[in-house]
Amino acid sequence: MLLYAAIFLPFAAALIAVLLPSDRLRPWLIPVTALIHFSLVLQLTATPTASAGSLIGLDALGRFILFVVSLLYAACSFYALGYFRCHADWENRIFITALLTFPGAMTIAAAAQHLGLLWVAVEATTLLSAPMIYYNRNRFSIEATWKYLLLCSVGIALAMLGILFVGYAGLHGGGEQELLLDRMLASAPLYSKPWLRAGFVFLLVGFGTKMGLAPLHTWKPDAYGEAPGLVGGLLAGGLTSVAFLAILRSVQIMIAAGEQALVRQMLLALGVLSLVFAAIFVIRQRDIKRMLAYSSVEHMGILVIGVAVGGVATYGAMFHVLNNALTKGVLFMTAGNIHRYYGSKRMCETQGALTVLPYSASLFLAGFLAITGSPPFAPFMSEFTILRGMFAGGHLALSAVFIGLLVVIFIGMGGTVLPVAMGPHMEEAEEATDYRETPLTVASPLLLLAAVLCLGIYLPEPLRLMFTEAAKLVEVAP
Amino acid sequence: MNTPPNLILLFVILFNFFILGTSRLATCIRSVALQGALLSLLPLFLHTSTFHTYLLAGGAFILKGLLMPWLLFRAIRQVRIRREVEPRIGYIPTLLLGALTTAGAFIFGDRLPLLPAHLHSLFIPAALATLAAGFLMLITRRKAITQVLGYLMFENGIFIFGTLLAEAMPFMVEMGVLLDMLVAIFVMGIVMNHINREFSTLNTEQLSLLRE
Repeated sequence: MLLYAAIFLPFAAALIAVLLPSDRLRPWLIPVTALIHFSLVLQLTATPTASAGSLIGLDALGRFILFVVSLLYAACSFYALGYFRCHADWENRIFITALLTFPGAMTIAAAAQHLGLLWVAVEATTLLSAPMIYYNRNRFSIEATWKYLLLCSVGIALAMLGILFVGYAGLHGGGEQELLLDRMLASAPLYSKPWLRAGFVFLLVGFGTKMGLAPLHTWKPDAYGEAPGLVGGLLAGGLTSVAFLAILRSVQIMIAAGEQALVRQMLLALGVLSLVFAAIFVIRQRDIKRMLAYSSVEHMGILVIGVAVGGVATYGAMFHVLNNALTKGVLFMTAGNIHRYYGSKRMCETQGALTVLPYSASLFLAGFLAITGSPPFAPFMSEFTILRGMFAGGHLALSAVFIGLLVVIFIGMGGTVLPVAMGPHMEEAEEATDYRETPLTVASPLLLLAAVLCLGIYLPEPLRLMFTEAAKLVEVAP
Repeated sequence: MNTPPNLILLFVILFNFFILGTSRLATCIRSVALQGALLSLLPLFLHTSTFHTYLLAGGAFILKGLLMPWLLFRAIRQVRIRREVEPRIGYIPTLLLGALTTAGAFIFGDRLPLLPAHLHSLFIPAALATLAAGFLMLITRRKAITQVLGYLMFENGIFIFGTLLAEAMPFMVEMGVLLDMLVAIFVMGIVMNHINREFSTLNTEQLSLLRE
């Protein structure tokens, strides 16, 4: 019942947003919806419910992803208020309607127990994010939107093909026609292996496009670079987690069918490739938002590597989903503030942000340290856990490559972030805009960064339990 | 071999070639729509005639045969283009590539481990050939609208395969899939309109401002 409330609440709020005539009042719907949604999700995570045979239900994985997404959305919602106050004269009906529907679609995806429904929800998130990416309405953002829309739609279509292949594998195995997750998991050992393997490859390519794994990430720098910081944070933290969940669903079926070897190979290959691509493009990256997009590619790689290694690394990957989401929120929102002040997101035009935007720039700097895995922030803990899993599994060469690439990315990102935050202040940009930091545009990233810091120092028991239960479902180690 | 589904699929494959070879945009849109409409008849022959089957066929027919072409024609009216498709490579090479991929689809389809019921039917080759033709359209055409048509052909190919599994899809989910596609085409139409306004053309080669 609560779950249905969490699904319908965003749609109801979106309907109100469409009907509400005032551009000034409409933004207030966002924090109200986000907070109610988050309180519903908190109750849902506290009381596990069984869901045998129905289309919608929350298992450990779904509950965990839903928690991450809802938490990020709630934290970002206050920033949204400040954002729309800066652009008070912009028409925001479509944008806010899409923004309000977004958590609804993501809730359906997290709760979907049927692969078809999961597909519908993920495709819906693609379509909803298109108008949000295009909000700045210029040549650059239209190009980014078109690439995003076309690439992700074709990618998702491939995922549909993958779902159908897996379904056919079940038919071929002598079973019923079935796409309900729990029944598929039960009958997976009988599945026709060639169809199942082909299906998994298509699912991985399809949802991997959505998640932004290299070499399928090409839309990512454009879309994240041109979208408002708020949207970039929601896409990089929320949407990628949902796409990751979709991949994990196919991993679950493969594990049930006893095909761990292929899963491990494919995920490792894509994961390491993502790290390599991120390392190459993050070096000498002159655009702070594009840099963050490549950092997102990197962290998607870390997530799938964690799942591929298995054991304690799977737990680390689950922990990292949360850390990545929260830290990406910090980085994109503060980058948005810097972008707005200077009217540019090129490194050479945004130097010395600390002197003019003390809060945003220091949060940006701290967020950079967090995302690159510096202690005591939480991403350090999760990356270290993944690394521990690698050592435990005897993947010494892999861990060497992993550490090496993370170091390269740290240096590469540092080369861009440090001048932006601490470089000599540029005089001429001063009167370019009248943007000033407001409590609203700083509070959200501050809140998220505080959470990232606390999680690095102390991990509450309920969260640890949530990660453990989620990791148990996608354990690839024998 | 001469069952109605196979005849439909034969026409679908012929449409692939026709679409790849035609130079008129309006003909292209009509052919993709006709292909989709033909495909929506498939469930009627394949499954027992339940309410579910009729709804699926009806929904797909309205969407693929009527709404999609209407949206696309509206889009090209708004951006005032009626002219050619503007291929990146010529029509004859595209057709040859199409013939190659179709032959490949038939050879590959025979090697797949299929259920006895689907052996020697045209389902798998037609699905693969249509997917390949859709990809060819996506890759070889310059205009945004022809890329959308490629995406639609791609979806048609998936639909052929999907009819084999129609019973596993609850009605709600099926309608969700179709609705998603409809909204996708609608949003793409709007984006095309804005591309045209910003760049005064629908040629996607102009979309190259964002690079490293």
